[in-house]
Amino acid sequence: MMNTITLLLGVTLLYSTPMVFGALGGVLSERSGVVNIGIEGMMTFGAFAGAAAGYYSANPWIGVLCAAAAGGILALLHAMAAITFQADQTISGVAINLLGPALAVFFCRQAFDGATMSYPVENKLPKIMGSGAEGMMANLNVDVMVLVALLFAAAMWFVLYRTKWGLRVLAVGENPAAADTLGINVYKTRYVCVILSGILAGIGGATVTLGIVAQFTQTSIAGQGFIALAAVIFGKWRPMGAYKACLIFGFSQALTVVLGGGTLAVPTEILAMLPYVLTIVILILFIGKSVAPKADGVPYVKGKR
Amino acid sequence: MEIKREYAVQMHDITIRFGSYTALDQVRLDVKKGSIHAVLGENGAGKTTLMNILYGLYQANEGEIYLYGEKVEMKNPNVAISHGIGMVHQHFMLVDTFTVTQNIILGHETTKAGGVVDLKRARSEVMEIVRKYGLEVDPDAYISDISVGMQQRVEILKALYRGVDILILDEPTAVLTPQEINDLIAIMHKLVNDGKTIIIITHKLKEIKASADYCTIIRRGTYIDTVDVGKVTQEELADMMVGHRVKLVVDKEKAQPGDVVFEVDKVTARDSRGVYVLKDMSLKVRRGEIFGIAGIDGNGQKELVEAITNLIRVESGTIKINGKNIENRTTRETMEAGISTIHEDRQKRGLVLDFSVEDNAVLDTYMKEPFSRNHILDRKEIRKFASGLLKDYDVRPDSCEELAIRGLSGGNQQKVIIGREIANNPDLLIAVQPTRGLDVGAIEYVHKMLVRERDKGKAVLLISLELDEVMNVSDTIGVIYAGSIRCTFEQGEVDEKTIGLIMAGGTLDGKNS
Amino acid sequence: MEKTVKIRKKPIAAILLAIFCGFVVATVILAASGYHPLEAFGALLSGIFGRPKYVSNVIIKSTPIILTGVSVAFAYKMGLFNIGAEGQFIVGAVAANIVGIVCDFPAIIEIPLVLAVGAAAGALYGGIAGWLKAKYHINEVIVGIMLNWIALYLSNFVCNIERFHKPDSDGTYAIHESGFLTFFTNWKTTEAAAEFVRNHPVAGDILRTDANAGILIAVALTFAVSSLLYKTTKGYELRAVGSNRDAAEFAGINVGKNMVQTMLIAGALSGIAASICIAGNNPHGISQLSAFESNGLNGLSVAFIAGGSPIGCIFAGLLFGGLLYGGQSIQYMVGAPSEIINILIGTIVFLIALKDMVPVLVDKLGKRGVKS
Repeated sequence: MMNTITLLLGVTLLYSTPMVFGALGGVLSERSGVVNIGIEGMMTFGAFAGAAAGYYSANPWIGVLCAAAAGGILALLHAMAAITFQADQTISGVAINLLGPALAVFFCRQAFDGATMSYPVENKLPKIMGSGAEGMMANLNVDVMVLVALLFAAAMWFVLYRTKWGLRVLAVGENPAAADTLGINVYKTRYVCVILSGILAGIGGATVTLGIVAQFTQTSIAGQGFIALAAVIFGKWRPMGAYKACLIFGFSQALTVVLGGGTLAVPTEILAMLPYVLTIVILILFIGKSVAPKADGVPYVKGKR
Repeated sequence: MEIKREYAVQMHDITIRFGSYTALDQVRLDVKKGSIHAVLGENGAGKTTLMNILYGLYQANEGEIYLYGEKVEMKNPNVAISHGIGMVHQHFMLVDTFTVTQNIILGHETTKAGGVVDLKRARSEVMEIVRKYGLEVDPDAYISDISVGMQQRVEILKALYRGVDILILDEPTAVLTPQEINDLIAIMHKLVNDGKTIIIITHKLKEIKASADYCTIIRRGTYIDTVDVGKVTQEELADMMVGHRVKLVVDKEKAQPGDVVFEVDKVTARDSRGVYVLKDMSLKVRRGEIFGIAGIDGNGQKELVEAITNLIRVESGTIKINGKNIENRTTRETMEAGISTIHEDRQKRGLVLDFSVEDNAVLDTYMKEPFSRNHILDRKEIRKFASGLLKDYDVRPDSCEELAIRGLSGGNQQKVIIGREIANNPDLLIAVQPTRGLDVGAIEYVHKMLVRERDKGKAVLLISLELDEVMNVSDTIGVIYAGSIRCTFEQGEVDEKTIGLIMAGGTLDGKNS
Repeated sequence: MEKTVKIRKKPIAAILLAIFCGFVVATVILAASGYHPLEAFGALLSGIFGRPKYVSNVIIKSTPIILTGVSVAFAYKMGLFNIGAEGQFIVGAVAANIVGIVCDFPAIIEIPLVLAVGAAAGALYGGIAGWLKAKYHINEVIVGIMLNWIALYLSNFVCNIERFHKPDSDGTYAIHESGFLTFFTNWKTTEAAAEFVRNHPVAGDILRTDANAGILIAVALTFAVSSLLYKTTKGYELRAVGSNRDAAEFAGINVGKNMVQTMLIAGALSGIAASICIAGNNPHGISQLSAFESNGLNGLSVAFIAGGSPIGCIFAGLLFGGLLYGGQSIQYMVGAPSEIINILIGTIVFLIALKDMVPVLVDKLGKRGVKS
C-alpha cells in the first residue's frame, strides 16, 4: 500500500515537471500580454535539442542549456510575429507548433543516421538522492529537475509580485499604454518575457528526454505543452497556481500509469481522459471572474490609445 | 518669439504628419514658468497631439522644443520625465488591478536591495505629497474600486511623485462633477503657488476663464493666437476656437408635443457588480418633442439606454412604447416595437467596420423583406436601399456602397447610422452622444436631423454629456443624477447654472424632484 | 513602396508570397543540410504528379483536410478558433464506424446514414465548445485542446470494445460494404476489372487506389458553406458577430445562439470529413491512436493558407495534401528527411500570420525616412 502511494507521488512529480516548466513559460508570456500557444512546439524542439546535445556531449547539463536555447529561438520567432509585426498570436502559435516538431525530427534524422528518434542518452540528469536509493525511497528518488521546477516557480512568484521588474511586467500585460507613458519599454518587456517563456519550455522538453525517458522520440512531447496552457488558466495566471495545477494533471496521469494495469474496473482509456475532463469542469466552476491579464493577446501599437 | 529662461516650455514651428495627413502645421506654444496655460481647440484640433509631442510619445517631423531656454530632443517619455514633465491623460493611464500606491510608483519604484519594491517607504512618500497638496486618496485601494475623481488625483500624484515641474492636464474636467472641478482648480492653484507650471488642454471656455492665466488657441492643426485670459471674453475665445461666429442656438420652431409615446416608470437595474445603477428611473417622452437628458457621465445614462434596448435586465418597473410593455424582452423586440437607437461610440457599437457601407445600412433590417426572403439576402434590394440612403444623407465619397465603412470619415459614418435608424420609421428615436468627435458642420447636420424627426411627429430622446447640446436641442430637459431623473424643465425655463447644480446632486425647492 | 502596400491589399498575393517564401526557407535548409534542393523539389513534384495513382492519392489525402479547413475557416469568420476540429474529426470517425458496423442497409440508406451520423457526432462535439464559450465564456482553444485528447482516448476505448474490435489487429471491423463510397467497390474485384486495368493503364492505376466520391461531397459542401456565409441572413449574422460583437449585439443579433450554431456547423463539417474517410478509404474503420493523425489540426493550416475563405480551402487543401503525400518521395528518392515538408508548411503558416508585416515595415521605414 505504502509502496503504491509513494509510487503515485513519485510519478506525479515526475510527470508534472515538464508541464510546470511549460506552464511557467505560459504564465510569464501571458502576464506580459502575449498569448503563447506555441509552448508545445517549443517543448518538442527543446526535447530534441536536449537529447542530441546530451548525447554528443555526454553531459546532461549541456543538454539542458541547448534545450533552453532551442526553445528560446522558436520563442524569438513568436515574439517577432506577435510584438513587432502585431500578428495574430494564435496563428503564429499554431505555426510554432508545426515548426517545433518538424525541425526536431528533421535535425534528428540528420544527427542520428536518419532515425526519427535519438540514441539513448548515457548520462541522465541526476536524481535527488543519487543512485543509492532503494525500495520505497526509490519511488521518490525523482530527477533534480523536479526541485528546479519548484524553485523556478517560487522564484517567478517572487520576481513578479515583489520586485520592480515584476511590477512592470504585470503593468505591461494589464495596460501597456499606461506603462508606456511611464517610460517602461513595452516591446522590450514583452520580448524578454516571451523569449524566457521559450527558454522555460525548452528546459521542460529536456526534462523528458534527459530525465524521464532519456531519449528523444516523436512522442516525447505529446500534449504536455497544451496541458501546460490549461494549467496557466486553471492556475489563474499565477506561478504557484500553475504549479499546483500541473501537480493535479500529473497526479491524474500518475493514476492511469499506476492503477491502469488492469486491477481497476475502469478501463485505462477512460482513466486517461480524467485530466482533460477535469480541466473543463474546473474551468466551468472557477472561471467566473475573468482573471486573464487585460491586454493578453492584444498587440500593442503605439499611438492607438 | 525668442528663447528665454523664464519660459518653462517653448515649442516652435511644430509640424507632425501621420501618413499624408498633417495633424499639426507650424504650431507654437510658449508657456511662462509658474503659470497656468490653457491650450484651447475643438475636438480633433490637435491639442492632445501637441502635448503628446511635448511628452515624447510622438516625435514631430519638424520644429524645436525648449525647456527653460534649453533645447531638448524629446525622444521618448523617459526624456520628458527626466526633464520634470508629467502628463495626466484624458483617458486615465492606470492599471486597474494595482493599488493606488503601486500605480503611483510604477516605473519609478522605491526599491530595497535586489530590485525588491519597498512598498512601505513608497507609501509614506506618497502620503507626504498627498498631505502637502491636499490630494485626498486611499493609498491601498485598488483602482477598480475608487471614483473617477480619485483616479484623477492618482494621476496627478503619479506626476508629482516623479517630481514634475511642468504638469500637462488633458481634458481634466470632462468626467468630473462641478464640485470636483472646483477642487481640481484649487489644487492647480496650489501647485502653481509651489512653483510648478501647468498646461491644461480643454475646449471648455468657462474653465479657462476660471483657472488659466494664458491661453493658446489651435484650430485644425494650425496656430491661431496666444492671449492673456484676463483680457478676453468667452465669446472672443469661442470665435477664435471655431473660426466663424458660433451659432449656439439650434434653428427650430417651438415644439408642438402630442400624447405620451414612450414611458419609463420606476425602473430599477443593477450592473454586473450588483450595484444599483438605475433607481426609480422615470421619464415620459411625447410625440413631437425632443427630450434631452443632461448629466455627468456615469450617472446611469448608459444603463438607461441599455435597459430600454434590453441589453441589461430590469429588476422592477416598466418601460412602455405606445402602451406596450417592452422591458426584459430581446433587443430585436425593442426595435420591432418602434424604437431605434443611435448608439454612443459608433465604431464600437453602431457599425461593423469591416463590412461594406451597404451591409452596414441594413444592420438591423437585413432579416426583413425586401432585404431578404426565406433567409436569402437580396443584394439588389440592399443596394437600392443603400444608394438611396447615401443620396438622401449626402454621404461622401460618392457611390461608396461597396467600400468598407472603415474608410469613411466620422461624420459620414454617423450619417449612415442616422439614415439607417430613421429609415426604420421609429416612434421613438434615441440618440446617445450623437455628435461626439464630429466637426462643426456635421454637428449642425445631426441636430437638424433630430429636429426634422421631431417635426415629423416622432419622439426623440437625446442623451449627451455636452450640456450645451442638451440645452440647445431639447424641448424638454431631464436632469439625471445617481440613476434617476431628478428634475424636468421646459427649454428656457431655467439657466445652465441651475441644471449644473442638479447634475451635481443639488436640489431645487418647489420643483418635481 | 506604394506598390508593396497595394500588393499586400490583395490577400491572394500575400498568400502566394508566403508560399513562395516558405519554399525559399525550405531551399536554404535543404542546401545547408547538404541536399540538392532542386532534386528534392523534383522528387516532390514527381511524387504528386508522377503517376495517375499519385494524383488520385493526393486527392484522397486532401479530401478530409479540405473539409476540416472549411470547418476552421467557417468558425474563424465568427471569431472562433476551432482547434477542436481534430476531436470533432475523431468522434465523427468513431460514430460513423459504429453505425456502419451495427447497421446494414442498402447503399442508398447506408451511405447517407454513415455520413450523417459522423456529421452529427462532430456537430455535437463542436457544439460543446460553442456552448461553453457562449454560456461560461470559456476559451474555445483550451476546451478544444482538451476535447481533442478526450476524443483520442474515447476512440481507443471504442477500438478495444469486443463488439467492434477486429481480432488480431489494432483496429476495428470495417463498416458494411453497402456504406462504401469507393468507386466501383464490387466490380473492382471481378475478373472484368482486372482485364480493364490491364488495358487502360491510366484509369487502371487510379482504380488501384481508394478513389471515391468523397471529394465531390467535399467540394459541394464547401460551396454550400460559402453560400451560407455570403448569401444568407445567417451568414450575415455570423460575419457581423465575428467582426464586431458589440455592434451585432446592439443590432439585436443573439451572439450566444450564433456561437453555438457556428460550432455545431463547424463540428458537423469536421465530423463528415471523418465519415467520408471511413466510408471512402481502407480500412474503413478506426485504429488504435498513439498520437493525433492531425486531419483536424491540418485543417487549421489549410484554413490559414486559404486566407479564411472556404472556396480557398479547396486549393489550400489540395496543396497541403500534395505536399504531405508527395513529400514522402523526398525521403526515398533524395534521402532528405520528409519533415522538410512540415517545416515548409510551418513556415508558410508563420508567414501568413505575418501578413500585416508589410504595412508595419512600410510605416517604420517611412518614419525613419522622415527623420533623417
